[in-house]
Amino acid sequence: MDLEFDASYDDFRSEVREFLSKNKPPKTFGMSEEEKPSRVGWLSLLIEHGYWARTVPKEYGGYGDSPDLLKTVIMDEEFNRVGVARGLNAQGPSMLVPTLLTHGSEEQRKKWIGPTMRGEIIWCQGYSEPGSGSDLASLQTSAVEDGDDFILNGQKIWTSTADMAQMCFILVRTEPDAKKHAGISYILMPMDSPGIEIQRLETMSGSIGENSFNQVFLTDVRVPRANVVGKRGEGWKIANTTLKHERSSLNSNAEGTLVRLANLMQKETIGGVPAMASPLYRDRLMKLQARALTMKHHGMRMLTCSLKGEPAGVAGLIVKLQNCQLSFDMAALALDVMGELGALYDHSKYERERGYWQALSMFSLGLIIGGGTAQIQKNIIAEHGLGLPREPKPAKA
Amino acid sequence: MDFGLSEEHLLIEQSLRGFLAENVPIERVRELREADCPNDRSIWSALAELGFAGVLVPEGQSGSGLSLLDAALAAQALGHGATPSPFLASGIMAPTALAAAGGSAADAWLEGIGSGDLVMGVAVTELFSVREDAGVQQRDGALHGSAMMAIDACNADLLLVAIDSETFAVVKTDAAGPEITRLATVDATRCTSEVVFGGVQPEAVFEDAGEAIRRMLEAGRIALAADVLGACEAMIEQSVAYAKERKQFGRLIGSFQAVKHMCSEMIAELEPARSLLWYSAHSFDAMPDETPLLACHVLAHLSEIGREIASVSTQVHGGIGWTDEQNLHFWFKRIANARHLLGGPEHLRDQAAKLQGFAPAA
Ligand SMILES: Cc1cc2nc3c(=O)[nH]c(=O)nc-3n(C[C@H](O)[C@H](O)[C@H](O)COP(=O)(O)OP(=O)(O)OC[C@H]3O[C@@H](n4cnc5c(N)ncnc54)[C@H](O)[C@@H]3O)c2cc1C
Repeated sequence: MDLEFDASYDDFRSEVREFLSKNKPPKTFGMSEEEKPSRVGWLSLLIEHGYWARTVPKEYGGYGDSPDLLKTVIMDEEFNRVGVARGLNAQGPSMLVPTLLTHGSEEQRKKWIGPTMRGEIIWCQGYSEPGSGSDLASLQTSAVEDGDDFILNGQKIWTSTADMAQMCFILVRTEPDAKKHAGISYILMPMDSPGIEIQRLETMSGSIGENSFNQVFLTDVRVPRANVVGKRGEGWKIANTTLKHERSSLNSNAEGTLVRLANLMQKETIGGVPAMASPLYRDRLMKLQARALTMKHHGMRMLTCSLKGEPAGVAGLIVKLQNCQLSFDMAALALDVMGELGALYDHSKYERERGYWQALSMFSLGLIIGGGTAQIQKNIIAEHGLGLPREPKPAKA
Repeated sequence: MDFGLSEEHLLIEQSLRGFLAENVPIERVRELREADCPNDRSIWSALAELGFAGVLVPEGQSGSGLSLLDAALAAQALGHGATPSPFLASGIMAPTALAAAGGSAADAWLEGIGSGDLVMGVAVTELFSVREDAGVQQRDGALHGSAMMAIDACNADLLLVAIDSETFAVVKTDAAGPEITRLATVDATRCTSEVVFGGVQPEAVFEDAGEAIRRMLEAGRIALAADVLGACEAMIEQSVAYAKERKQFGRLIGSFQAVKHMCSEMIAELEPARSLLWYSAHSFDAMPDETPLLACHVLAHLSEIGREIASVSTQVHGGIGWTDEQNLHFWFKRIANARHLLGGPEHLRDQAAKLQGFAPAA
């Protein structure tokens, strides 16, 4: 255990601080086309200083430094302190880029990684289908080779940000006769290809929060064969790399949320008395603080593992399950503190913090389901983490 | 920066576990259940020889002068083995208080504690929970009143007793000392007693010792949390092993999702708690400003998840888990007892809130 900051790190911290005091981040920081110029400008500036894409090699458009846990922690702390996101929390940077770094061809890495990190290209993840959610490998969207292209047909669903994305990393069945897991390929599909139709699916969180949720219909969509990542038919293995990154990228800054919750409890009054003065609410807050601290330090342990290239084992598999539930439970306390006003939404009168807690409650519920449900996570933890026997195969009907 | 255990840490953990598995298996713990006091001096001497009695005692005073993280890993191993020993009082709390208080008397006792020749119990419960009107007062130099649930007192040579949050005394437990009666608890692996003072002359009284008492409680809470963590670990290991061998409906029960999910939920709670424990223990030596809050949270959190893990791991075993024959209950009860030994979770969370100004200080 060595958590000392030596003097050079103090310099690094001042440097980050100075950067943040001199440079104004864009007001909004989402994935829409209107936000693109400010997004790309800001992310490029961050990469230039090494605050984003820090360990992505230079030749792929990153900063090209070696991993340094302490600097990562310092950057997170400093960006959190001023309430600015350090980079773009989207599926491209968090899932596709690590996948390409492991499995992509040299050409694919050169072409896609830089623009993705700079926010020039927004990606969506085309995995789930109406009949294939948890049982993802049963997916049916087909891709048939035709000259230099594949022709794709089928339907994807629950595709977050498909309506804003320029590209999609999509799973398709290229070998219809192969066994379930063996016939899948991983393809990079431009979203402006003819034959793609996107239909927005409204979510329970409505207009608040920036998530968008879609169905994507594919009719004879042509995608170049060069866009297959890894080998044809090996998509399942590659998808699993992506999913691993999806699960570990959810380090939800529980500590920041906790501070916000504590502030709410000091401000919000019930019968003229702050909620914080109630031993019942306060005890719940302290329970959540223990869990938030737990996940914060667990995050540092996971970061150490990943920077040292050591497998995190079962300790890594549990992160998504715990973080998503914690986030939901923090929102739940906030809503309970607001009591009957906790139901106000959509910028109605008396609504608190523009619906932040209501949105968080619903959004974190979505995250408990998305990227593999809590139940599927528990199966993975039991089977891969604890070595318990696999589910027996169902009998053929 | 490196958040994790070093080779040396792992060595401590593994060597102690190996030693305990060989020398104090659960059968031995079962035997000790019949003894007057579970703190068998032969076990303690062996642990002292391995250097654990003096793990926190400075090197110049016959100790090994290690960090609280090292000590916590030892506590974890003892919890894992459900091993009876006066480690919490004599290995962690008393030396922390004495080292912080200082003085020649304290130095001499530290020397004895470090070698394992001197065992010291602690009576501190009244600092956070007064029951049965217990409490110790000093009048004309002598100690009066009583202390409940004193830790590791009945087979000890000396007793550290907290009089209030600023003052503690040390008394001998010989014939002229207080009356110490072991209180039978659910937990056969730990010694807790009632101590009646009745005018005992202390060996020394430490005044203005608020800081020493605070540090003693912090160290004790972190070590106790580590003990609970070790006990949870042992219970999960046994559950997973059982799920891989027990068959029902022609299948290993571990292939049933209900059982699988019980096991994954337990490990999902335990693994991050391990990270919090490492950090809390590390903070004690490296970032002491952070420790007051962390010590409250780490013990409260482990008390909560410990209760759940103790219950669920027993359920994984079905009926056999509820029998005396299956040894699981030794850990279940050790965890249950630990929950209130140095302040229950509600008290600890109240302290945590006060430390941050969320609740008015008492
Ligand atoms: C907010 C959000 C964002 C998403 N974003 C994307 C995206 O960008 N791209 C994309 O491709 N997909 C996305 N998804 C889809 C997501 O991956 C699926 O919803 C998820 O994998 C679950 O599949 P399902 O909805 O079909 O539920 P089902 O698989 O039908 O599950 C229904 C219930 O059955 C349980 N269940 C199913 N199988 C098992 C089993 N073997 N053992 C125990 N319980 C089981 C589940 O846990 C659940 O409780 C998103 C989902 C959400 C909620």
